[in-house]
Amino acid sequence: MTNPAPVAAPARLAEIEAIIAAHLWREGPLLPILHDVQAAFGFIPSDAHAPIAAALNISRAELHGVLSFYHDFRDAPAGKHVLKICRAEACQAMGGAAMSQAVLDTLGLDWNQTTRDGRVTVEPVYCLGLCACAPAAMVDGKLKGRATAQTILAELSA
Amino acid sequence: MKDFIIPWGDDRDMGTPAKKGAPVSLMIDGFEVTVPEGTSVMRAAAIAGIQVPKLCASDNLEAFGSCRLCVVEIEGRRGTPASCTTPVAPGMVVRTQSEQVKKIRKGVMELYISDHPLDCLTCSANGDCELQDMAGVVGLRDQRFAAPEGGMRTHFATRDTSGQENPEYTPKDTSNPYFTYDPAKCIVCNRCVRACEEVQGTFALTIEGRGFESRVSAGGVGDDFLSSDCVSCGACVQACPTATLQEKSVIELGTPTRSVITTCAYCGVGCSFKAEMNGDELVRMTPYKHGAANRGHSCVKGRFAYGYATHADRILSPMIRASIDQPWREVSWEEALGFAAERMRGIQAKYGRKSVGVITSSRCTNEETYLVQKLARAVFLNNNTDTCARVCHSPTGYGLGQTFGTSAGTQNFDSVAHADVVVVIGANPTDGHPVFASRLKKRLRAGAKLIVIDPRRIDLVKTPHIAAAHHLALRPGTNVALVTAMAHVIVTETLYDADFIKQRCDWDEFQEYAEFVSDVRHSPEMTEMLTGVSAEELRAAARLYATGGNGAIYYGLGVTEHSQGSTTVMGIANLAMLTGNIGREGVGVNPLRGQNNVQGSCDMGSFPHELPGYRHVKHADVRAIFESAWGVEIDPEPGLRIPNMLDAAADGRFKGLYCQGEDILQSDPDTHHVAAGLAAMECVIVHDLFLNETANYAHVFLPGSTFLEKDGTFTNAERRINRVRKVMAPRNGYADWEITQMLANAMLKAEHRPLWHYTHPAQIMDEIAATTPGFANVDYAMLEEKGSVQWPCNDANPEGSPIMHVDGFVRGKGRFIVTEYIATEERTGPRFPLLLTTGRILSQYNVGAQTRRTQNTIWHAEDVLEIHPHDAEVRGVKEGDWVKLASRSGETSLRAHLTTRVSPGVVYTTFHHPTTQANVITTDFSDWATNCPEYKVTAVQVGLSNGPTDWQESYEAQARLSRRILPAAE
Repeated sequence: MTNPAPVAAPARLAEIEAIIAAHLWREGPLLPILHDVQAAFGFIPSDAHAPIAAALNISRAELHGVLSFYHDFRDAPAGKHVLKICRAEACQAMGGAAMSQAVLDTLGLDWNQTTRDGRVTVEPVYCLGLCACAPAAMVDGKLKGRATAQTILAELSA
Repeated sequence: MKDFIIPWGDDRDMGTPAKKGAPVSLMIDGFEVTVPEGTSVMRAAAIAGIQVPKLCASDNLEAFGSCRLCVVEIEGRRGTPASCTTPVAPGMVVRTQSEQVKKIRKGVMELYISDHPLDCLTCSANGDCELQDMAGVVGLRDQRFAAPEGGMRTHFATRDTSGQENPEYTPKDTSNPYFTYDPAKCIVCNRCVRACEEVQGTFALTIEGRGFESRVSAGGVGDDFLSSDCVSCGACVQACPTATLQEKSVIELGTPTRSVITTCAYCGVGCSFKAEMNGDELVRMTPYKHGAANRGHSCVKGRFAYGYATHADRILSPMIRASIDQPWREVSWEEALGFAAERMRGIQAKYGRKSVGVITSSRCTNEETYLVQKLARAVFLNNNTDTCARVCHSPTGYGLGQTFGTSAGTQNFDSVAHADVVVVIGANPTDGHPVFASRLKKRLRAGAKLIVIDPRRIDLVKTPHIAAAHHLALRPGTNVALVTAMAHVIVTETLYDADFIKQRCDWDEFQEYAEFVSDVRHSPEMTEMLTGVSAEELRAAARLYATGGNGAIYYGLGVTEHSQGSTTVMGIANLAMLTGNIGREGVGVNPLRGQNNVQGSCDMGSFPHELPGYRHVKHADVRAIFESAWGVEIDPEPGLRIPNMLDAAADGRFKGLYCQGEDILQSDPDTHHVAAGLAAMECVIVHDLFLNETANYAHVFLPGSTFLEKDGTFTNAERRINRVRKVMAPRNGYADWEITQMLANAMLKAEHRPLWHYTHPAQIMDEIAATTPGFANVDYAMLEEKGSVQWPCNDANPEGSPIMHVDGFVRGKGRFIVTEYIATEERTGPRFPLLLTTGRILSQYNVGAQTRRTQNTIWHAEDVLEIHPHDAEVRGVKEGDWVKLASRSGETSLRAHLTTRVSPGVVYTTFHHPTTQANVITTDFSDWATNCPEYKVTAVQVGLSNGPTDWQESYEAQARLSRRILPAAE
């Protein structure tokens, strides 16, 4: 799963409207809409806010509350690959901190940053539910157990 | 009489809202308590007198259960449930204070405090902080979560430990003129967010982020409070337990030490407020939770916009001048009143008894209004008294009087909570009556249906979590056609309530009416061409109102201010009678009154044909009551209405006017005509806070007092008589009722007649009660005891009358009146192709004399013209352009705002600013029955312009010249 190609704004609006229309019948349509918008564009463009709020008849504050609550909803496109490294207790106990630092140093990034060439975004995550195989990471939605800096970097350059 | 000062403990927070249900008994800390089913354990404890510590709970919000401070032990249940979210159960045994819960609470407080700045002594909430109180209650003496050596970055320090800018620090948001948001003090209890949603219904706030990063956020990314949807109602500030959301006035002046309950002097909702004081300095106004009209809620005007009371523009000394081209001269009260009395007497001697008159104010108290009309009737000895209700709700008085028998709304505001279908006609409650709008929106969110009948797409049509089932965007001026078409649907589809009609109305009259409305020319299909409302939509709306359960109609000036205003009011009354929606909770016909005391000023006999209590002056028995009370003979002939006074003035037959607290030049239609009338008079006495526009034509200016400076009563739109209490001495020296009395006495003395001797408004109320049947049992002692009472309040209704016409109409049988649509004479044509309609906006009030002198101008600094983009495009008008607005009466210019809120062919503006003077445009067409001006329909043309018109410039120059004041003589 890599990120979708950028879409021009006018075409994007039509697509956003189509996504909204597809979910309006649901009882709780907001999250499915946001998921689909992010799946379509790789992030939630700000020009999607007004149509979503209008269609669901919610305020822009309410939408902002939901968007900012879920870290996975992005307000800008991520890099081509998204790497999430677990920073929770079990992974830290199994050397996760050193492993993640090595990855960040190699890529020249801090947490939540994207390489200049737009290839990789690194994000922290708190528990992937893979404690038995700590330290754990996730590359483009694929789980990696017993991760090392080498295996992760190899995966990213693949 | 003593001021009623409530003890602080009287309105304590019970934690969660009151519930209705079967009684449930339980034991709390060994005390037995019985409460309605559904009540929370927290509230039950509060009822038993036990306050469970809490932070996130408040009794105007549903329980939230986030702070974990209110945990209790319940026998037989595991763990320590939160008392706010746990409902009571029969036989429950609760312990609110055990070793275990004390330990938990202390731990919770310790965590809160570990992330909170400890600058309590210099904090603006010092002494008024629930976090501080709770730390005390749980006995927190220490907090163990110390920063590691070298310090630690917190979210409330501006710099981190190495002296660098702290990225976690968010500075204070001071964008709102009245309160600040300081994230450093926030404990994320969510009370502000919930208040914005549940109480106000705006949904402007949210919690952004999660965990430690959670912060209150107004609007979306990049918004501050001012740019967000926030309407500055103050509910969030009221809800905040800390200094996070804090009034700027408290930051500046300190915490108040005493409070006095009084009534807001803005719109007809009549909210009760606590004026919170330090000495005689007003620190803040907070909504009073036991106020029956507002139930603890407020809007930006009542809550914050009181600064006009101390504005530098306020005139504090009486002034006179021989003619209006002279500058004003400050004089003593004695000289001013002597001058006024002599002139008025001179005019009466020269031009006759009926050559002078009064205009009473809908902003002054009942007692003051009563005295002003008494001045006309008992001192001037004529019936030349009128009031600004003439230009707003006089058709309501006439229409409802004719059909139901009383000139007032049928319900209390609480009633809206029981409505199933709400019809809003020609009203914009979210701007004009915001606190009622919040109560309405609460009911709509709970499932009631809404029908909006208005040419504009007002906010209620679609606003977060509210959407009107039907919006009938009719063409201005076609109300009667539309209302009659609704009746047509109800009658022809037999959706009417035959039992109700047979029982409560005259069946023969109904037959006649039914025949009239059944005529095919009243069918929605036929009226569609006229009203522009689709027949199908109208039919659906009529069916919904007739069959959707409790149907309640709320209407405003969009109904009354038409050439057929009275007819529409009768049409509305017909709809309610047809469907049986009268005489119980959740239904009714409810005018939304514009000004704080417009109901009261009508009740008090301000109209030229009616003595107090809506009794015609032609009746000798009614006159006899007042003749014996006042010791004079009352003229049996009705006097002049405002427009007649002005016409008579232009003809040289009317020469003297005493105008209290009203600015007729700005608020009345056809400004040129008003100005000409005023200029032709020989003695215009203006009694006001400011040199208003009318004062430009005045010879005597008597400085008025604000609602904070006097005792009295206001009567709101639900007929509720609310006390106004003096919280500070009048800055001008006298309360308005004293000034009217002094003027009366100056005239009476010169005529060697007995003087007036009122020493307190309570005595005036006693006189009102003695002479007016609907007020028979009202006195100040009763108002002290009950807080407020709704008239009629007499031996038949000793507790007052929250809902009217319960067992039968006041007039006996409800009367159906045939409502034939007659188009207004004001028509569009090639020269004036657009229809102008006028209204108001949330932040400004009426002519703006008060609100323009507050920081509310930040939201609305000038009147703008709303115009549909299509109409704008063909005229080459772009957003923000200066445009000239012209009608047959006059022209003015203002800036354009392009919006689809108005339909093509319709333009809209407000009349809050004298620099625009929207009323120079409006015509002198008026309601056939009551002369209420047709503000809502004027044929106009709009074109590009370079700036103010010649008229605006010459008006400005005249006003400047007229407002000159000579320095006081030593």
